Amino acid sequence: MSKHLKFLTALAFGVAAAGLVAAGPASAKVEGDTIIIGSAISFTGKYSTNGIHAKNGYDLGVKRVNEMGGVKVGGKVYKLKIKYYDDESTPLRTAQLAERLIKQDGIKYILGPYSSATTKAMAPITEKYKIPMVEAEGASRSLFTQGYKYIFAVLSTSEQYLASSIALAAEMAKKAGKKPSDVRVAMAFENDPFSLDVRAGVMDDIKKFGMKIVIDDKLPRDLADMSATLTKVKALKPDLLVISGHSKGAATAARQIKELKIDVPMIAITHCEAAKIVKLFGAATNDFLCPTQWAETLSYKGKYFGTAAEYDKLFKATYDGYRNVPYQAAQASAAVLVWKDAFERANSFDTEKLRQALSETNMKTFYGDIRFAPEGNNIAKPMVLRQIQDGKFNVVAPSKWASHKVNWPRTVPGM
Amino acid sequence: MLDNIALLGIAPLLNVQLLLDGLFIGAIFVLAAYGLALVWGVMNVKNLAQGDFVMMGGYIAFVMTKLGIHPIFGLPVAIVFMFGFGWVVYRVIIYRVIGKDLFTSLLATFGMAIVIQQLLNLIFSPDVMVAESGFAIRSYLGGMVTVADIKLISFLLATVLATLVITFMKYSRMGQAIRATAQDPRAARVMGIDTERVYAFTFALNAAICGAAGVLISMIWVLQPFFGMTYSIRAFVIVTAAGLGNLPGVIIAGLGLGAVEQFAGFILGAELQQFTVVGLLVAILVWRQIQLRRHRQVVR
Repeated sequence: MSKHLKFLTALAFGVAAAGLVAAGPASAKVEGDTIIIGSAISFTGKYSTNGIHAKNGYDLGVKRVNEMGGVKVGGKVYKLKIKYYDDESTPLRTAQLAERLIKQDGIKYILGPYSSATTKAMAPITEKYKIPMVEAEGASRSLFTQGYKYIFAVLSTSEQYLASSIALAAEMAKKAGKKPSDVRVAMAFENDPFSLDVRAGVMDDIKKFGMKIVIDDKLPRDLADMSATLTKVKALKPDLLVISGHSKGAATAARQIKELKIDVPMIAITHCEAAKIVKLFGAATNDFLCPTQWAETLSYKGKYFGTAAEYDKLFKATYDGYRNVPYQAAQASAAVLVWKDAFERANSFDTEKLRQALSETNMKTFYGDIRFAPEGNNIAKPMVLRQIQDGKFNVVAPSKWASHKVNWPRTVPGM
Repeated sequence: MLDNIALLGIAPLLNVQLLLDGLFIGAIFVLAAYGLALVWGVMNVKNLAQGDFVMMGGYIAFVMTKLGIHPIFGLPVAIVFMFGFGWVVYRVIIYRVIGKDLFTSLLATFGMAIVIQQLLNLIFSPDVMVAESGFAIRSYLGGMVTVADIKLISFLLATVLATLVITFMKYSRMGQAIRATAQDPRAARVMGIDTERVYAFTFALNAAICGAAGVLISMIWVLQPFFGMTYSIRAFVIVTAAGLGNLPGVIIAGLGLGAVEQFAGFILGAELQQFTVVGLLVAILVWRQIQLRRHRQVVR
């Protein structure tokens, strides 16, 4: 290679590199006719199952929006695309990747990670750079008490998870001719931020009705045994037993409620579906109350996916191996719809205008209504309570969305 | 707390329920702890991956249910598989750390624990799994005490396994060789014992025992790739409390630990269940220290 040619090659590289550096951040948010949204989510590690559900939800949302004509901003049509990183289920990594998405990749629009813990790590970064984030998988109440301005969550917050079971217990007490303040409640919550949030919501409602707490146990994080707590339940015979401890808590509780033949008129547990308790423990789980963010049987309806049932069908047709569509996927798709709606109403790519548009969101979707409080949480969609009736999950509360009557007191065949 | 103690007085049958639950699960702890004592005593390796071996056994039972086979048949499978696994692990890792200082063996086995956890996580996902035995659940004493048949069966199986291992250690050639090596490896070598093989066998035997414990755990509690640590801790508590080479001590400590956990959970609440166990360990160590000091004074 002659000296001359070498120089030319070097020059070409230099120019190309300089061009890349100059073009990088500016073009990354909107490349040609594509709007790029960034997300650091868990493909590996302990949140990977739900992380992948959420990713599938995001992808389906993007696919649907693009198929239905894309996003119109300033009279031009854009397609959506998501740039993913794997946060390995560790909040520290999420925070690093948030920096990388924003600083290196020049991303200006963020979809949230999976779990409250990782979302908590992400939020201070997006706040620092004033980059709006629509998140679908961080339910912890503490995300919305920090005065964050750039976080918007489509899901109901954690303190609402089991609160409706308290109201239901009060209703049932009245029906039986008792006062709500006569209701005795046994509580077992895992000692982790999420479950303690759930507990806080329950406590508020218990105070409101003046109910009595007879057991208030906090389960360890690596819980595999709660027979001591349940033996206490057996002795004290409360009117309502509420349990929250992710899917390990649900699996442990269902197994040991069966083994100890616990007979309580009302039992409410989070994460029933994830723990597959119906399949594993059969009739012993009859009449358990399980809260959910979303169910395909709800009569929610929106422009993009039609009804909840239609979303359910489309999701199953798109992804193999799903017998039930997890709500984690549904809310992820809903988050993509929120972005699309905000881009069109803001009619701009400016993050401040988008933040303003997001805060004024008022949508009806297959996932439920979406309207954000000033703190960023969705206040338009309730948590629904489903009851396991003959192996099926039927919505029983709140009454506006109920498809079935609640069975009370609970009965277990053969007990 | 006082209410809960009063409750035990009003309904004494609750004591029976708690005691039974504690003993049944304690028997499984004994298995894991005995394996640890064996490895610790014979090769002076403190195996931090003990609980992860237990989890592996549990997942073997889980795989059996997926194949349509009753999880209880996972027992022989887990014993054979984990024995082989233990042998391989010894040949690849453990033989390098024998005779090194405490820290090296702790680091090596801790690393192993992390690798096993992540592999289980990759294969089985982080979701909680259980293996269902489908056995009956019986009520006694007017329904106040319920016993799941699987717990009773596990208890019996654990007893049988422990007896087998003890008999093996006492009467077989290999058992004698293991004990000889534990007493004085150099003398054992002089006497013609292949200590290298004894070490490999001991480690493999430990893995097999843990695997068996895991199969029983899978039918009583729940499986999760990262739950091994709690079993490691329990095994350490039991062995430390009982002292090395004290088999009756291990059995009593294991059963006692199971029962104490249940009563602590009942009286102090679930949040203090594990705390009580570790607190007890601290108390025992302090007591030992005082005893030792007294002993030293006498010697002087």
